[in-house]
Amino acid sequence: MAEKKLMTPRVQSNVMALSRRGWLLPPQFPVMATGNGRVGKLRMVKAEPRNRSADDLRRSAQMAAAQAGDRAAYEALLQECVPLIKVIAGRQGVPSGHIDDVVQDVLLTIHRARQTYDPARSFGGWLRIITERRAIDLLRRVGRQSAREIHAPLAFESHADENADPARLGRDAAASNRMQTALAMLPERQREAVELLVLQEQSLADAAIVARRSKGALKVNLHRALKALRGMFAEKD
Amino acid sequence: MTFTSHDQFIHGLAADLKPVKRLQRPLLRAVTWLGVVAAIAVALAAFADVNAMWQRITAAPDLWLAVIGSTGTAILAAIAAFELSLPDAPRTWALLPLPVAILWIAASGLGCLRTWIAPQTHVATLGEARDCLIFIVALSVPLSALLIVMLRRAFPLYLGLTAAVGGLAVAAAAATLLNFFHPYDAAATDLAVHVVAVAIVIAVNSALAARVFRTTSRPGDVTTGRIGTN
Repeated sequence: MAEKKLMTPRVQSNVMALSRRGWLLPPQFPVMATGNGRVGKLRMVKAEPRNRSADDLRRSAQMAAAQAGDRAAYEALLQECVPLIKVIAGRQGVPSGHIDDVVQDVLLTIHRARQTYDPARSFGGWLRIITERRAIDLLRRVGRQSAREIHAPLAFESHADENADPARLGRDAAASNRMQTALAMLPERQREAVELLVLQEQSLADAAIVARRSKGALKVNLHRALKALRGMFAEKD
Repeated sequence: MTFTSHDQFIHGLAADLKPVKRLQRPLLRAVTWLGVVAAIAVALAAFADVNAMWQRITAAPDLWLAVIGSTGTAILAAIAAFELSLPDAPRTWALLPLPVAILWIAASGLGCLRTWIAPQTHVATLGEARDCLIFIVALSVPLSALLIVMLRRAFPLYLGLTAAVGGLAVAAAAATLLNFFHPYDAAATDLAVHVVAVAIVIAVNSALAARVFRTTSRPGDVTTGRIGTN
C-alpha cells in the first residue's frame, strides 16, 4: 500500500525508462560473457548504474519526477529520506540533540540543489555525500559556538540587569499589549506576514515556504500590514 | 518555532516545489564559458597584430610554455570549478589545474632572468606594466560575472574553494588574452605586475563569489532555531 502511494504515474514511467536503459539489472560481475559461451576479456562495467538497487532507482525516479514538478513524489521521497539522513548523521558523530537540525539542513539543501541531481547517478550516494557535508558543517558550527560560549544557567539567572527599570517594564508590557491587540485586528494573511517576517525574523524565502505563498504576495501582505498598523497607532496617539 | 515536525517542513518544501531545468553536465557548462572566452579572443584578435604576437611567442621557449600553461590553467580550472559547483563533488577536483598552473608559474618565472640573459630585449616599463594590470583586472570583470552566474545555478557546498578555483580560471584566461596586446618580453617587473593582477582577481573572486554562493547555498541557521522542529 505504502509502495503504491510512493509510485505516482510520473514516477512509474521514470522507473520504466530507467529499466529500459538497463539500470534495473542486478549487480553484475566485471567479467562479461561474450555471447557464445566463452568468457571475454576483463571489461570494466559502469559500476554505478548497474549496481543500483530497486529502491535507489525508485528514489532516482521520484527525484526526476520532483524536478518535473511532481509534488506527491517529492513529498514521499523527502519523507523517505528522513530516516536515512538520521542514520548517516549519527554515523558522522552528530549528537542526538542536533540530528534534527542536520535533517532540516539536508532537506533544504536537496530542495535548493534539486536541479543538480542527475537521475543516471545513485540517489543514495548523492544524499549520503550531502548529509555528510551538512553534518560536518553543523559539527563545526556547534564546535565554534561551544568554544565561545559556556553553559552557566545559574550565573545567567543571578546576573543583575544594570538597565532594569520597573517603570519601563510596565510601559513595555502596555506597548506589547497594544501591539497584540493591533495585530489581532489585522486580516489573517497580513498578521501571518508580520509574525513570520518581523517577529520571528525569518528570511523571505523561508517565510514564503511556511506561508505557502509567493515571496511577492508575502511582501505585499507585510507592506499592507505595516501601513494598517501605522494607521492604528497614529489614531490612538 | 515554526514547524511542529519534519512532516510539516517537508509539506512546506513540497508546496514550494516548482519544475526545474536539470543542469547540463559540468564539462558542457565549462565548455560554454570557455566558448565565451574564445569568442572574446577572436574579437580581440581582430584588433591585435597576431603575426607579431606569434613571432614573439614562438621566439622564446619560456614564452610559449607560459602561454600553454596559462591556457591550460584557464581550461582545467574552469572544468574544476564547474565540477566543484555540484553539492556532491569531491574536493580533489581543485587539484586538476595545479600541474599546468605550476608550468605557467615556472615558465613565467624564467622571464625574470631575461634582462640578465638578453640585455638588448625590450622589457615593459612600469607604465606599460601598469597597463597590463588594468587589462587583466578589467577583462576579469565580465568573465567573473558570467562564471559566478553560471556557477550559482548549481549548488556548491565548498564555497571558498569553488570561488578560488573559478577565480584562477578567470585570471588565467585574462592573462592568456593579454598576449594579444603585450608587445614586450616578460621581465621581472612585468611578471611582478602579472602576479599582482592574478592575485587581485583570485582574491576578489574568492571574496565576492563565496558571498554570492552563500546567499543560495547556506540553509537557515538551524542551531539558532530559525527553522526549528519543536
